[in-house]
Amino acid sequence: MRRVLLAVVVTVAGLVALLSFKTHMNSSERTVGSSPSAPPLLPGEHALTGRAVRTVYGPVQVRVVERSRTIVGVNILQHPAETTMDIQIGQFAFPRLVDETLAAQSARIDSVSGATYTSNGYISSLQSALDNRA
Amino acid sequence: MLSTFPLLPAASAVTARVRHAEPVMGTVVSFDVPAAAVVGGSLEAAVRWLHWVDRIFSPYRPDSDVSLLAAAEVTVDGCAPEVAEVISACTAVRLCSGGYFTAAPGGVFDPSGYVKGWAVERAAAILSAAGSTSHLVNGGGDVQCVGGRPRTALGLSAASSSGTSSGLAAGSSSGLPAGPSAGLSGEEPWRVGIADPFHRGRLALVVEAAGSAVATSGIAERGAHIIDPRLGQPATGLASLTVVGPSLALADAYATAAFAMGPARARDWAESLPGYEAYAITENGDTWQTAGFAPHIAPA
Repeated sequence: MRRVLLAVVVTVAGLVALLSFKTHMNSSERTVGSSPSAPPLLPGEHALTGRAVRTVYGPVQVRVVERSRTIVGVNILQHPAETTMDIQIGQFAFPRLVDETLAAQSARIDSVSGATYTSNGYISSLQSALDNRA
Repeated sequence: MLSTFPLLPAASAVTARVRHAEPVMGTVVSFDVPAAAVVGGSLEAAVRWLHWVDRIFSPYRPDSDVSLLAAAEVTVDGCAPEVAEVISACTAVRLCSGGYFTAAPGGVFDPSGYVKGWAVERAAAILSAAGSTSHLVNGGGDVQCVGGRPRTALGLSAASSSGTSSGLAAGSSSGLPAGPSAGLSGEEPWRVGIADPFHRGRLALVVEAAGSAVATSGIAERGAHIIDPRLGQPATGLASLTVVGPSLALADAYATAAFAMGPARARDWAESLPGYEAYAITENGDTWQTAGFAPHIAPA
């Protein structure tokens, strides 16, 4: 469980670093967004909240929810929200990443075959989630 | 160094794994290899090979052999010998597919439809030649598996990956010696998910691939980009077509040709390919598979 949490944190931190590289070249102040909408736990669910990881672009914090030893949810609790690009990450890439982390965990797969992705498409692909799996 | 780990079980040296993701050829090639492939340098050699292929075969580089050949500024004899090899392989697939595969889509020489699968298969062979009996290389969605994955791979994974070449150093500090092969008794088939063409991030099914290749053509990532060479228009009717068989170069080319044929022709043609099986998802969401595909489907 902790291994999975670490993997998710690493994946999210990497994604933030990749996507926000150009937007933060000269910034000194960090605006942090939080997601107050982390859903409440259902009966039988347990949550493991990671410590906030400080990337050079801002803190990233995630929560993993499990039920019967299966990952059933991944919540992004904190993420950089300084620029339009950051907000796009929050609205677009994180949900995909979470979805893909869940899919990869439940199907026990090693790799994914599908229509050829571009370098950009790879970033939010299921294969990318697998490559970052610890 | 070894005396530092006097109690390290021998199995750890055999099963420690490394993942690496290399941006190349306009996509990302993902590796799952034994740690010994990093220590011994064969992962780096495989990555160097892919970049060499990109330099020679990229139609986007004006100075590549393929671009110069397309512009008639050189002849095949003036190119790397691999260019002639690829041309002759493309011709073979064109003939056996009744013209639904071509090395000159739109009339311009561009063997990209063959090169990626071929290059990834060759990268996997570089790892095999260096002694690995268990690895997987995924070139942008086309997968070559060698052997199976060690049963304990997930538990003992020493995985690390990176989008940069510095990731090649991952795991090398472990100093683990190359161990003997785990053998098939200690392995289970690689599990390769087939992407759901209608729901990104989800899987349509999972296939078990021990020592075989899995290639998929489809519209999910880049739209209707596969041209039916006989009509000169984008192929329609299929959303995704997967081919499983021993060689990724052929599986990838067969998947492209079958996709261009459309659902009606593709099924009979795929059924006729010895050693290769196919699974298709049509634009309507219907699915079909060749008679020998079922054993490849992983139990739920």
